[in-house]
Amino acid sequence: MSGPNTDYDPVEVTPLKSEEVESARDAALAAIADAADLETLKQVRIDHTGDRSPLALANREIGALPPQARKEAGQRIGKARGAVNQALAARTSVLEAEHEERMLVEETVDVTLPTDRTPPGARHPITTGSELIADIFVAMGWEVAEGPVIEAEWLNFDALNLGPDHPARTMQDTFWTDPQDNGIVLRTHTSPVQARTMLTRTPPIYVVCPGRVFRTDEYDATHSPVFHQVEGLAIDEGISMAHLKGTLDHFATSMFGEGITTRFRPSYFPFTEPSAEVDLVCFVCRGATVVDGTDGPVTCRTCRGEGWIEWGGCGVVNPRVLRACGVDSERYSGFAFGMGIDRTLMFRHGLEDLRDLFEGDVRFTTAFGTEI
Amino acid sequence: MKAPVSWIREYVDLPAEVTTEALAARLTALGLKLEAIESPRDTITGPLVVGRVLTRDPEPQKNGKTINWCTVDVGDANGTGEPQGIVCGAHNFDVDDLVVCVLPGGVLPGNFAISARKTYGHVSSGMICSAAELGLSGEADGIIVLPADAGRPGDDAFAVLGLDDEVIEFEINPDRAYALSLRGVAREAALAFADDGATFTDPARRATPAANADGYPVVLDDPEGCALFVARVVSGFDPSATTPGFIARRITQAGMRPISLAVDVTNYVMLEIGRPIHAYDADKLTGPIRVRRAAAGERLTTLDGTDRALDTGDLVVTDDSGIIGLGGVMGGEPTEISATTTRVLVESAHWDATSMFRTGKRHKISSEAGKRNERGVDPVVCEAAADRVVELLTTYGGGVAEPGVTVVGSVPTAAAITAPLDLPARISGMPISAEATIGALEAVGCTVTRAGDDLTAIPPTWRPDLNDPYDLVEEVARIVGYDQVPSVLPTPGAGRGLTRGQRLRRRIGRTLAGAGCVEVISFPFVGTAALDQLGLPPDDPRRRAVRLANPLSTEEPFYTTTLLPGLLRTTARNLGRGAPGVALFETGSVAFPGDRGQAPIYGVDRRPSDDELAQLMDAVPDQPLHLAVVLAGERERAGWWGAGRDAAWSDALGVVRRLAAELGVEIDVRSAALAPWHPGRCAQVTVAETGALLGHAGELHPKACQAFGVPPRSAAVEIDLDVLLAAAREVVPGPEFSTFPQAKEDVALLVDADVTVAQLEDALRDGAGELLESIRLFDVYTGEQVGAGRKSLAFALRFRAPDRTLTEQETGAARDAAVAAAVERCGAAQR
Repeated sequence: MSGPNTDYDPVEVTPLKSEEVESARDAALAAIADAADLETLKQVRIDHTGDRSPLALANREIGALPPQARKEAGQRIGKARGAVNQALAARTSVLEAEHEERMLVEETVDVTLPTDRTPPGARHPITTGSELIADIFVAMGWEVAEGPVIEAEWLNFDALNLGPDHPARTMQDTFWTDPQDNGIVLRTHTSPVQARTMLTRTPPIYVVCPGRVFRTDEYDATHSPVFHQVEGLAIDEGISMAHLKGTLDHFATSMFGEGITTRFRPSYFPFTEPSAEVDLVCFVCRGATVVDGTDGPVTCRTCRGEGWIEWGGCGVVNPRVLRACGVDSERYSGFAFGMGIDRTLMFRHGLEDLRDLFEGDVRFTTAFGTEI
Repeated sequence: MKAPVSWIREYVDLPAEVTTEALAARLTALGLKLEAIESPRDTITGPLVVGRVLTRDPEPQKNGKTINWCTVDVGDANGTGEPQGIVCGAHNFDVDDLVVCVLPGGVLPGNFAISARKTYGHVSSGMICSAAELGLSGEADGIIVLPADAGRPGDDAFAVLGLDDEVIEFEINPDRAYALSLRGVAREAALAFADDGATFTDPARRATPAANADGYPVVLDDPEGCALFVARVVSGFDPSATTPGFIARRITQAGMRPISLAVDVTNYVMLEIGRPIHAYDADKLTGPIRVRRAAAGERLTTLDGTDRALDTGDLVVTDDSGIIGLGGVMGGEPTEISATTTRVLVESAHWDATSMFRTGKRHKISSEAGKRNERGVDPVVCEAAADRVVELLTTYGGGVAEPGVTVVGSVPTAAAITAPLDLPARISGMPISAEATIGALEAVGCTVTRAGDDLTAIPPTWRPDLNDPYDLVEEVARIVGYDQVPSVLPTPGAGRGLTRGQRLRRRIGRTLAGAGCVEVISFPFVGTAALDQLGLPPDDPRRRAVRLANPLSTEEPFYTTTLLPGLLRTTARNLGRGAPGVALFETGSVAFPGDRGQAPIYGVDRRPSDDELAQLMDAVPDQPLHLAVVLAGERERAGWWGAGRDAAWSDALGVVRRLAAELGVEIDVRSAALAPWHPGRCAQVTVAETGALLGHAGELHPKACQAFGVPPRSAAVEIDLDVLLAAAREVVPGPEFSTFPQAKEDVALLVDADVTVAQLEDALRDGAGELLESIRLFDVYTGEQVGAGRKSLAFALRFRAPDRTLTEQETGAARDAAVAAAVERCGAAQR
């Protein structure tokens, strides 16, 4: 409140005089306009709109006016206060925007700082590659079958028409468990999983069997005594080599891209008849045998200029195998195929040395991430 | 099988314009897979000429060697017609011999450029070549001495040596043993170019003299092992006669080494017709030849000089002196052809393939003859092959064929195969007419008759591999062409997708990778040394492993029982290569012997019974799927954000807890002592619901770290994934939770140092009752303020009711009850 209202005049109260009000308003507006930051503006707000500000004090005096004068004075004060508040709000928003802008500039960080506090993990390409293959077949309605890696000799050999005199059944090719006559081997292919499937299920059977296999090979850039295979088996009524070709073409295209199909060459496997080697259109030169070099076309390194890559073996399941595994070979026929997962990945990803897959160097594995 | 193209063409009239590549490609499409094409012109450039040695002066050198200073007539090949002076280090030649000279400007295999150069005091203008230098054979027994009729000095030696002739090397599958001969390859070539009118001339088709009683006496005691024995004798043979150039050349091209006329001729005929032939010095034979199985204890020194103990399964050839040969595999030394042999007995016999395979395997003999005999040779060509040998021996060795012709035994005729006429079309998926089916089978040599919807095929004598109807399918399919097989996707019914176990295993891998672990794959072999390094006690079950009969390394004879040794070695390898820290994981099966006896070997003519199968599968060792993790060195990096952190025991448990949470499995953790873990920092983890042992996690024992070369305090996990997967929650029940406000109470409790967090937490939880929403340890304090042997554990208790806002009184009462339980059960005092 202003000082004692000594010269009380119900009509002419000084603070409510039009010029007084306007001057207080203008002073407030000037102060608001002059406030350079939010801190100053805060003080301006207290000084000019607070309880002890001229306009607030003037407002209190309205009650002292005769009723007929109150309206006009009220309007005058209200208008002035409205103008001040409006200016305050406008100035606040301007200053806040300026403040935020400044803060954002000040808080700038170097986004190129490293953020590798925890090193990344990864899954092995053989694992993710096997899953990719499994998914291709599962999408066609197949299932994924698995079995033990230490396996009965009968399931690994005899049931698959590899008789007692088959060359694979020697210490030169197969890991035998001790004693050698106990009929247990480290499986040399994932085919015993096929045998187990036929022995325990009834057709139709469509299974793909990825897994680890063992052969007493030297360990070098292209051979390993421990490697991975995927085999497929389809047993149904009316199955033919055409279905085998269709399946492998689809597999090849899914794995390597449109246009990458397969060809068959006659071959021999005890468990299939007819048997075929399956070649893949070289996905690097796409069968052209040459690729662009710096000085014109050069022989494709991936297929060594053949246009085709040897991929695996396949054929129609030998009825002898069906018989040993309890499948009615008069009613059903089937096809089977098998290829190396490691090898498939080697040429899909251009790997030079098979041993990289088994050395466990994290730099190798991490490059593949968690899916391939 | 290496087949010179000129030799193939001798038996099949291929169009002249057919290139070697085209021939190889078509044969590959028929099943004779191209391995390589050898073309000497690729690696040798001329001038390579025939020379006649005019002078040969041996000159001993200071280094102990003797060189020959030669002059060689190379005709006009050197441009002057003057004799060429050449230094030669070999000694297996004489004046007047025809040799092969490469003159300055020529290049030999290995990019070996020839120039005139000064050596041993002479200017040597070229080189007299050995077979090895020309890349014709691996070894050099001196220089090549050409047959006297090979050519004239100055002639281009490429033609003389057959270097113009390309050689196709095929990979022959076991079912196509007939293609281990030029006869077989040419037969296939005729099939390959049948549309171009190519026809095959059978080199084995020849008139042979009839058997008579005057032949060398032969008795077959084991007609199953040796069904047919043909013997012919050439007398008056000149042992010094040299092998004619074309035979030496072709044998060399086929990858064999010329030795002597008699031996070379037998090899030549084997390559030509496919029938292995053995030649004896007839004068060294005493009494009749008899073929039988060896008796126990018998021995034979074969012509490779090896003294062999024979097996009763071995077929042996004997005469009155005893055993003179391992039938069909290798002859014996005493009756071998030698430099004095003038009378040659030619044996052309049909041997049982299985016996041949077993004998070869038993005695570790791998020979060109054995390779053919063990895969099955055309039994009908015995007489023709013997006659061809006799022809060549008499033509080039100057002898005469004795009139006696021995043919003992007979070969069984091939069994007919009956099959539905449409089987080849149905199984191959190709639209092949009945006529085309029969035509294809006839083309490969079958005699086919048709009866209604069936066909009956009698396979040709050279195809012992054709036995089943499906064998005929392959023949028809390859003649029609595998490239004609259409591509048709089969339409299986709805599949069941991945099994739950398969899906969860993928999830485990992703979870671990997400936690910063890198997957590795190790060889699952282990030795006692690694188990010792782990510090396993002598009676640890992980020391009872499946042993391999033929391990890769005798140091690692077991299939592993734990994934840790492989992971630890890989860890050390990575750290050794500069990684500041690694977190590795591996999933894989380990094995424990079941000791449930031998796995039986059943027959294959029927499915084993369910009982038999159960017995078979039961004999297979137990192979649980394990997961192991090793964390070593830096786990969190130091950086601008602050200090780094090394892996610790808690990281190992963190991994286990994260996996358990991922699969919805509640686990119990309690301390345990198990190698290779630190006895005070090892947790045994069990499935809460069943108590099943999941595995262990914690810090590795300092000795184990040291033994594997990984940093101290490295941590590890090994759990049985089969147990974890079995415990995984099938269907997660929908959770209930309250949206009323949470009430927070923190309590700090003083306890003896040996009270575990789990004990205290259990007590607090039980005491707090149903209003407790969660409890979490947030601080551990030890030190002066709490006194020796004591610790302070601070817990955050969070309370919430499902139906109302809790009052301070309710929350306080629950907290007090929790503390009271801790006081009572754990001797705790509130701070």
